[in-house]
Amino acid sequence: MMARQLFGFPGGLVLDDRKDRALHAPIAPVPLPPLLVLPLKQHLGAPAVPVVQEGQRVHFGQLLARAADGISASVHAPADGEISFIGLHPVPDDSGLAQPCIGLCTDETSAYEEEEFVDDISLTDADLRERIAQAGIVGLGGAGFPSAQKLTDTPVKWLIINGAECEPYISCDEALMRERASAIIEGAQILARLLRPQQVLFAIEDNKPEAIKAIADACDETAIEVVVIPTKYPSGAQKQLIQNLLGFEIPRGKHSVDLGVVMYNVGTCHAIARAIAHSEPLVRRIVTITGDAVERPGNYEVAIGTPIEFLLQHVGVKTTQLRRLIMGGPIMGIALSDHTAPISKLSNCLIAAGPGELDESLNPRPCIRCGDCVEVCPASLLPQELHWHIRAEQYARAEALDLRACIECGACAYVCPSQIPLVQYYRHGKAVLAEQAAARAAADHAKARFDAREARLAQARTRRQQRKTAQAAAMGASPIGAVDATVASALASNTGAATTPSEPITTASETDANANNISTNNRINNSSTDKPVIAQHNDRLADVLAAARRAKEKKQQTASPTVTGTDPSDENAKP
Amino acid sequence: MSGLLALVILGTVFGAVLGYAAVRYRVEGNPLVEQINAILPQTQCAQCGYPGCKPYAEAIANGDAINKCPPGGDAGVKALAQLLGKDVVPLADASAVKPKRLAFIREDECIGCTKCIQACPVDAIVGAPKLMHTVIAAECTGCELCLPPCPVDCIDLIPAPAPAWQWPKPADAVRIPIRLVQ
Repeated sequence: MMARQLFGFPGGLVLDDRKDRALHAPIAPVPLPPLLVLPLKQHLGAPAVPVVQEGQRVHFGQLLARAADGISASVHAPADGEISFIGLHPVPDDSGLAQPCIGLCTDETSAYEEEEFVDDISLTDADLRERIAQAGIVGLGGAGFPSAQKLTDTPVKWLIINGAECEPYISCDEALMRERASAIIEGAQILARLLRPQQVLFAIEDNKPEAIKAIADACDETAIEVVVIPTKYPSGAQKQLIQNLLGFEIPRGKHSVDLGVVMYNVGTCHAIARAIAHSEPLVRRIVTITGDAVERPGNYEVAIGTPIEFLLQHVGVKTTQLRRLIMGGPIMGIALSDHTAPISKLSNCLIAAGPGELDESLNPRPCIRCGDCVEVCPASLLPQELHWHIRAEQYARAEALDLRACIECGACAYVCPSQIPLVQYYRHGKAVLAEQAAARAAADHAKARFDAREARLAQARTRRQQRKTAQAAAMGASPIGAVDATVASALASNTGAATTPSEPITTASETDANANNISTNNRINNSSTDKPVIAQHNDRLADVLAAARRAKEKKQQTASPTVTGTDPSDENAKP
Repeated sequence: MSGLLALVILGTVFGAVLGYAAVRYRVEGNPLVEQINAILPQTQCAQCGYPGCKPYAEAIANGDAINKCPPGGDAGVKALAQLLGKDVVPLADASAVKPKRLAFIREDECIGCTKCIQACPVDAIVGAPKLMHTVIAAECTGCELCLPPCPVDCIDLIPAPAPAWQWPKPADAVRIPIRLVQ
């Protein structure tokens, strides 16, 4: 472990971390509940597609839902059992709406199985990528981006393992680092092998000395550099951690991978190690269960899909004490109303807050423009300006102030003396902007289709006009030399539409076919090339033009015999 | 005399420069029409009384009212007002503002007359003569132009699928209480 220059990041908060109470005991397994509920969307992107039917028997680790096209991740069975339902069920989600889930009735005898140990050196890189993709591993730090899709083919400069875990209460990553450091490092080395970075950094906040020691020991004789960073919320956010370690910011509209940085959470590394070494898909995770209302707070290894009420029962929750139930941290987490919602891949913490532990009622008062929020914003935004604009529904102005750069860390709302729910304003603003962009895209799409249709109709009109011309010409022939190019262009502008290059050929060939039974007609012999006359005698002019075309075409045809093809689309344009 | 000469020379020079600029930097069409058209929702529904969005954009550029577009809604009027420096006015026909709906053909009743296909401004209806027609839901703008031509009234307008849940705007904070001190 060597000292490394840190660059820091603006803003941030130093908070009472309250992590100790869940760290006094080692990670404890939670028994399987009778019913597991597995949401189809536990990741960023499209929901997974079920591949099992209701009533079907499944075994531990079996694929239940495959990853959809694009950004998505698969879902596997955490236990042996029978599929009891596929349908809507409450999930831990901002909206509080029920979402598609797979229900799994577990067998009483079912238990975690240790699969065979696979030496990753014997696997090819493609095999490793395939296994990570198949295992349904997503970023366990909270973003839930499918891990396999972060594994770029091009070598990166930096691979960062994120063990910062900066939000108060949450200690699942810390427990993992203390107890399973070797597995985490194993996962990190698999990632390093696939990504071929120039440098692997392992960032840990300095309030976790035991974890630092365990990781540093496990990193011995590896190329991984452990970096201890000062404790400051939100030091574990991707952009802030990159800025802190490497000294540059991710520009607007770019991803970290564009600048050669890829970041993985320690929990993700552990899951990858298990997927490779033990062929175990992501079916369980460490969840911190804490809060004043919990009798036995701690870090628990929980099967994904375990209902929250079952977990609370297991850890002994004092129902009379329970004021608020929060999934995630106290700042970024979401309040749960439905206790039947399950633990998902992204559930890192469950806080059963007792009386007076967290603010219980939000009583927003007007903004007094104190500017405290500006000082703590880690993205260097102007939170109060964003708030004013979104409140006034001036979303475009909020966008101009880089609303999209907001990481929703909640530091501004935490310090706000008026208790304004700032993050909710930003989320609302972002949602409206996304909606407006979608509406704009739909309008552009409709316009493109409308324009294409107009162009097609205009073309059809032109064709019809020319056919008429040709028919008229078929009925009458005329001396050819009388008409020149100016007449042709005058008529073309008269029809008021553009002609395609294929049309003269078609018209000419048809005219040609009729050329044999043309009877001489001197009706138009005295036509002149004056424009006023053209305007007045359009019909006669058309005759002249067609005759001229026919003659020209005939001349060309004697030179090259390839012009007799008929345009098939012309048939459709028949009136 | 020299003053007169100077003015004449200046006038000639600037006239030449302006004349050149007028030719060199000529803008085809009216750029304002394009800007207005970009705000209009492109449903081509003709509820404004013009045959499409572009003609209405041209009319607005020539001074017509900006509140004739129900699909654009109040947000559209606001955007137009902002672009043109006009006052925001309520929609002329507020009752015409409806949530987005999609055309749906009751397929067993369709006689295959192709009249709706010809009416659809965005080619969102597929079908062939004497064969059933159907609406491509993803392309339908809900302009209702296919309804009147249908001889058997087999086209319904169904509500568009509800948009995904999104964060609502937080309730406004109370105002700072003010008490007048006598």
